[in-house]
Amino acid sequence: MKYLILMHIDPAVLENLTEEQQQLIGEGHSQFMATTKENGEFIATQALGDPSRSKVVRSNGERPEVTDGPFVEAKEFMGGFYLLDVEDEARALELAAQIPDASIPGLALEVRPVVFSDLGDG
Amino acid sequence: MTDAGPGHDSEGLWRALAPQTLARLLHTYGSSQFGVCEDAVQDALLEAYVRWPASPPDDPQAWLTAAARRRYIDRVRSDRRRRDREERVALLAAPLSHDGLQSDDTLLLLQLCCHPALSRSGQVALTLRAVAGLSTQQIANAYQVPEATIAQRITRAKRRLAELGGAFTRPAGVDERMAPVLDVLYVMFTEAHHTTSGAPAHDTDLAAESIRLVRLLRAGAPESTEVAGLLALMLLTEARHPARTGAGGRLVPLDEQDRRLWDRTAVEEGLALLDAVVPGAEPGPYLLQACIAGVHAHAPDTESTDWDEVHALYTVLEHATGGRNPMITLNRIVAASMVHGPEDALALLDDLADSHPRLARLDAVRAHLLERTGRTDEAAAAYRRAIAATVNVAEQHHLRDRLRALGPEL
Repeated sequence: MKYLILMHIDPAVLENLTEEQQQLIGEGHSQFMATTKENGEFIATQALGDPSRSKVVRSNGERPEVTDGPFVEAKEFMGGFYLLDVEDEARALELAAQIPDASIPGLALEVRPVVFSDLGDG
Repeated sequence: MTDAGPGHDSEGLWRALAPQTLARLLHTYGSSQFGVCEDAVQDALLEAYVRWPASPPDDPQAWLTAAARRRYIDRVRSDRRRRDREERVALLAAPLSHDGLQSDDTLLLLQLCCHPALSRSGQVALTLRAVAGLSTQQIANAYQVPEATIAQRITRAKRRLAELGGAFTRPAGVDERMAPVLDVLYVMFTEAHHTTSGAPAHDTDLAAESIRLVRLLRAGAPESTEVAGLLALMLLTEARHPARTGAGGRLVPLDEQDRRLWDRTAVEEGLALLDAVVPGAEPGPYLLQACIAGVHAHAPDTESTDWDEVHALYTVLEHATGGRNPMITLNRIVAASMVHGPEDALALLDDLADSHPRLARLDAVRAHLLERTGRTDEAAAAYRRAIAATVNVAEQHHLRDRLRALGPEL
């Protein structure tokens, strides 16, 4: 069963982290990737650029129209994700709790089931 | 190695030989040597690939086994040079008995791959690799995960088997020995149905692989009625496959299927199997599910189905599994609705929902029953909950179709 763990981040929270905390987060993510790869549960992870770089393509009723991102004013936004293949939801939640963001107030992880996958021809 | 047979038309032979060879090595050297044995078989297959075109062997199985044994000994020797000599010396002293083909060998191999100490995903990956002979790439494509992920699962599973070592004792009763193997093969089969309904077509047909593996198992344990039951269940389920997919890849549920599209050959084999094993058999869970599929296979449509019989069989199945599987109870309630009407069944459903509020398909069944009683507003709400709850895309499409069919104002 595949789950996407979305990392909801808040730039204000990240700015206020100490040097030591930032290093712990970096090491925590490296450790998390190593563990899930070792377990045969890891599929992919991506970290996303700042939402100020986002563009939105949406129909204006007649044709697709490009505008600036919707999250520019938002405090929290999606910073990246982990895609995992695990036994069940309980395991996905257990793993999400191991991501360092889960221990920092103001950050959050959203765990959602995947209903369709195509990873290309491998 | 499946892609690299000794000839293009001999993949079947190739894939039959590899697990037999592995089983023979395990028989000789012990299950704790699973990893080394598998590597040795792969080496031998590669050697055969190079040498057979020029000089085909009289007895391919004997040739491969001999080559794999040589490779095994080479590997253990070089391993020994690296490691503690004393610790490894016992390996080569293992008795070299049982050269004759044991029908039990495939069963032993399957039992190892489906060892209860392995994770479910590890059991499935190792079985497809070591018994079905699929490449890690084929397995990765079938499950849509990266090849590295599958490779790691197989590595972990083999390491775990090595750690367990001599701790693997073969249970005495044939059904007791068989239970974990049957569960793994059934999961493999049902997942195949999910991928064929919810995802694009893949190269590897997991349903066909599962059936092939149960056939192997049946050859090794012809006396087990549960193995026969699982084979019949898979055949009768797979027979419906041509009728399960409608226009645009839509899922067609059993009650709407055009049964003339069912694969008659598979239906007849499944029914013949049931006729042969059911009289006097212990009613195990797989045999009972096969019998239910058999009742459906005998009926030309939903109306003429013997729902009394289906209901009775689900009731027995519920007892046989100790009432631990709420999906069986849900299916029993569906059958009850066909015998006693939807109102009674809705009351039963409320009881089940109290004890299992998050049960998959519960809202889909409720929606269907409400629709039958004419309570369309409530049915629409239940369909919407069911759509949100399912993670199967084909099922989502189907439920949306049903919701739309209730009427445009809902």
